[in-house]
Amino acid sequence: MARLVVMGGGVSGHTAATFAKKWLGNEHEVVVVTPNSQWNWIPSNIWVGVGQMNKEDVTFPLAPVYKKAGIDYRQAKAVSIHPEGKTDSNTPYITIEYTGQGKEGQTEEVTYDYLINATGPKLNFDATPGLGDGKGGIGNHTVSVCTADHALHANLELQKIFNKAKTEKQKVLIGTGHGMCTCQGAAFEYIFNIEHEARRAGVRDNLEIQWISNESFLGDFGIGGLHIKRGMYAASSKLFAESLFVERGVKWMIGAHVSKVKKGKIEYELLDGTTGEETFDFAMLIPPFAGVGLKAYNKDDEDMTDKIFAPNGFLKVDADYTPKPYEEWKASDWPKTYQNPEYSNIFACGIAFAPPHLISKPMSSPNGTPINPTPPRTGMPSGIIGKAVAHSICDLIKNGSGAHLHEASMGEMGAACVASAGKGLTNGTAAALTVYPIVPDFEKYPGIGRDLDYTFGEIGLAGHWIKHILHHMFIYKAKLKPGWTLIPE
Amino acid sequence: MGSVDHSIKENIKPYEASFGAMVPTPFVKFMRTCLIWQGIRFIIINVKMILVVQKSH
Repeated sequence: MARLVVMGGGVSGHTAATFAKKWLGNEHEVVVVTPNSQWNWIPSNIWVGVGQMNKEDVTFPLAPVYKKAGIDYRQAKAVSIHPEGKTDSNTPYITIEYTGQGKEGQTEEVTYDYLINATGPKLNFDATPGLGDGKGGIGNHTVSVCTADHALHANLELQKIFNKAKTEKQKVLIGTGHGMCTCQGAAFEYIFNIEHEARRAGVRDNLEIQWISNESFLGDFGIGGLHIKRGMYAASSKLFAESLFVERGVKWMIGAHVSKVKKGKIEYELLDGTTGEETFDFAMLIPPFAGVGLKAYNKDDEDMTDKIFAPNGFLKVDADYTPKPYEEWKASDWPKTYQNPEYSNIFACGIAFAPPHLISKPMSSPNGTPINPTPPRTGMPSGIIGKAVAHSICDLIKNGSGAHLHEASMGEMGAACVASAGKGLTNGTAAALTVYPIVPDFEKYPGIGRDLDYTFGEIGLAGHWIKHILHHMFIYKAKLKPGWTLIPE
Repeated sequence: MGSVDHSIKENIKPYEASFGAMVPTPFVKFMRTCLIWQGIRFIIINVKMILVVQKSH
């Protein structure tokens, strides 16, 4: 009997664990180690953040689902990886620290034959002074929609602003809280949901809504932007993003690194090197992501974290990490199998793998401050990668070490994305987008790097309906209800 | 319905970033929430998305 341990129970880890268990059956063991007791459909946190959904609508308890699937669930956080075992044993293991199940604070060693790192990101609020609380959590000055609890809190604060806006001007600031942030799409969706809800509440005229982002152009989204066919043109996402902002009366500031957050005020530096301040009454600033801080030790218990992890804490996989200028970047630099080059029984999926380089062009201010989005790996790609990794490990277990590894390169994979503005079925609209491939391939598609037949976008109610369907469909799938395997990632 | 709506005079300022943006006409805005047209687009977008999903697996 082989044991697969999956660290993390988010979109990617949950996908990997559930498919692996289905394919491996009872002959082999699948263990999920995750500090959370609830699974969260993160895209719908936006609707929680504007009071259109409750926490219960976007989460469900993991324990019953894993019990039904026959997965060994440990509510614990992974602390360290020991791929060579210890001095008296060659069996690799991880150490975990329980966060629930009545064993809070207890530590344990969990041995594995295969390991998947799907730990997702550490929300690194403390990277920006004042954005965090100095203890790894969010500070008091801004809100977040990164978790369901954060989104609940964000809505409470937002409603206070809406109440004040009935009689006095209020300023809302939404965007990224650091020059190296990713997940611009979530902030983009949140700002337009706020704008929509403000109209519905009749307070739009008293609400100044401002976007701030590290993108070098509006519509970059951390993927270097995209082009879609419109009329007889291949039009840039810059045009569409700017159009949406102007139509809704939302100002924007781009190329911005938020350097400090204070009560009601941020300090920022722009790509041209200038600095400034911006005031706010309500701010939702996405934090930068980092690896969760896993350590790695060799057989002699010596720290070898830098051997298998990149400096940002993400796991090294089969990518080409050779430093090279933007002009030499290739889609083929991106990993295909997500296998760690040092230890062939360790894989990563979702946000936990180290990208070889940015997708957007690297930029920095004259002062040397890097200001550019880091690559997104959330949503559809994280699910597809999780499934591919599970497939590879199942084949390795069943067919031996010579088994073919399954591939899921972001340079050969597309993504579908729907950003809502409102929740009603007949009011509000959404931007429905697909991009193919996610990482632009300028060799295959010179100029814009993407296939125009598979990259498209439009705004309308249709996208809105799709967003509703995706919400229910993916929660249904994650609960492993009948036919769940038929639903694509 | 074909002329550009009030977003221009409300939100565009000469020589500011907003000046370079395209603004939807009232007809475009109407079509975004027209149930018949959006029903058609719903089918088309779903087909397109399924193709991208298939190509990615």
